[in-house]
Amino acid sequence: MDATPRARLPAAPDDEAKKLRFRDPQRARTLTRRLEQLCDAAGRPVSVMHVCGSHEQAIARFGLRSILPPRLNVIMGPGCPVCVTDLPEVDEAIVIAQQGAVVATYGDMLRVPGTVQSLAEAQAEGADVRVVYSPADAVALARQTDRQVVFFATGFETTAVASAAVILAAPPANFSVLSAHKYIPPAMEIVAEMPDTQVEGFLAAGNAATITGWRIFERFVERHGLPVVVGGFEPLDILAALVKLVELVGAGEARVVNAYRRCCTAEGNVPAQRMLWKVFRTMGGQWRGIAHIPNSNIRLRDEYAWVDARKRFDIDLTGLWQSAGPSLVQRCICGNIMAGIARPADCDLFGKECTPETPVGACMVSSEGTCKIWHEYGGFPAVSFAPRPADAQRVGNG
Amino acid sequence: MCLGVVGQIAAIEGLVATVDFWGTRKKVRLDIVDEPVQVGDYILNHVGFAIRRIPHEEVEETLAFYEELLGASDLLARDLRAELATSDPGG
Ligand code: SF4
Repeated sequence: MDATPRARLPAAPDDEAKKLRFRDPQRARTLTRRLEQLCDAAGRPVSVMHVCGSHEQAIARFGLRSILPPRLNVIMGPGCPVCVTDLPEVDEAIVIAQQGAVVATYGDMLRVPGTVQSLAEAQAEGADVRVVYSPADAVALARQTDRQVVFFATGFETTAVASAAVILAAPPANFSVLSAHKYIPPAMEIVAEMPDTQVEGFLAAGNAATITGWRIFERFVERHGLPVVVGGFEPLDILAALVKLVELVGAGEARVVNAYRRCCTAEGNVPAQRMLWKVFRTMGGQWRGIAHIPNSNIRLRDEYAWVDARKRFDIDLTGLWQSAGPSLVQRCICGNIMAGIARPADCDLFGKECTPETPVGACMVSSEGTCKIWHEYGGFPAVSFAPRPADAQRVGNG
Repeated sequence: MCLGVVGQIAAIEGLVATVDFWGTRKKVRLDIVDEPVQVGDYILNHVGFAIRRIPHEEVEETLAFYEELLGASDLLARDLRAELATSDPGG
C-alpha cells in the first residue's frame, strides 16, 4: 500500500474516456458474454433500473451501454436528488430569500427551475443566495453574521445524514434548515408499481447503501417480488452487478444480493442512521414530475422545530404563483424519463431549447441528471476494449 | 454527487480531520464516519463529511479508480475536480 499522499492529479487526453479501460479487459469480456447468454436464455427484452446519478455517469462515461446486449435495457430511475426536488420546494427557498434571509444551498440547486423562477434568477433580482459545499459551510456562514441563514437542504439519505450532524452539533440561533431531502426506497416502490415501467430488477447505489445497509431492501423485495443488487461504481463492478441482477431476473428469484462487499454491509452505518432518524422523519411528498410518494420526504421532527425554516418563516407561495406565466417547464418530461417510460431523445426540447447552457428541466441542470449526462456523452459512444497502461503489471482482480 | 471523493487523513483535531486530496488539504468532519479513524487512513468524503473508512486492502484499487476518473476532462472528472476545488467546510 502506498502510504504517502499522491501529490498531483493525473492528466490524460480527452478521448481517453471513450475507451473502455477496464482493470481487467478479459474479465470484462467474460462478464459481457455471460450477460449475452443470460439475455438469450430469457428470450425477451429485460429491463432493469439503477437509481443513482453516479451510476449513470459511469455507465455513460465508460460507454457501457454500447457493449451490453441489445435486449438488456438499463434505465436510470429517480436517482438524481436535484432532479426530483419539486417546484414548490424551490419556490419556498425563493420566498424565504425574498424575506431578506441568506439562503445557502448546493451549487447544483441554483439553476433548477421553480414554478416562476430559479434561485439564480432570484439572486439576479437581489436575493442573497450563496453556494455552499457542505452543511457545515452554511453553519459557518451563520456564525459570521447576525442575519438569518437558511440551509436549503437537498439530497438523499447520505446527504441528509450530514444535515442531521450539523443540527445535532448545536448550530447558532440564526441558522435553520429548509429540508427538501428525499428518501430513495419508497420511490423505488412507486416506480416498481407503475404499470408502464416494467422494471424487473433494481441496481441499488453502493454509497447510499453504505449508510443504510443492504438489508433495507429486503422489505422492498418481499413486497414487490423484484430482485435488488447493490453495486459499486467501477465499470467491472457495474457489469458484475448487472450479471447478478439478470441472473436473478432469469431465475425468477427475488432477493437482495450485495455485489459491493468492500463497501456495503447488511446493517450499514448504524450510528449515522440513528443521527438521521433522531432529527428527521419521513412523510409523503411530491417528486418532481413523477408522483406523490408516501414516506419519501425527509422532514424535521417536531422536537427540532427550533431549527426548521418552515416554522421560523411565514412561507406563503400564493404571491409568487400569481406571477407565474406559461413556461417551457410544462413540456419537460423528466418525470417520465425517471420513471423509465421515456428517454431524453423522446423530449422534443432535448438539445434544442433545452441544453446544459439553457436548461429547461432539472435533469439538464444537474450533472447527475439523465438529460445532462446523455447530452454530454452523446448517447452511445463507439468504444473498444483497451488495456490500461498499468494492466501490464496488474494481475486480474477477483 | 453520490460518488464522493477519497483522501488521506493528515491530522485530526476532535471531530475535524485535515484530509489530503491529491495535494489539496481540506477540513472534513468525522461525525458520521463508520469506524474510528486515525492519521494515515483513507476516507470517503461526502459533502464535507467522512462517510466511510476505506479498508487498507482496498486503498490501492480505490485510488487507481479515482485517478483514472480524474485523468479525463469529461463530466465525471469535472464533477470530481469541482469537489476538490471547493472550500473547506467549517471546522
Ligand atoms: S431535455 Fe430538458 S425539457 Fe426535455 S426532459 Fe430533459 S430536462 Fe426536461
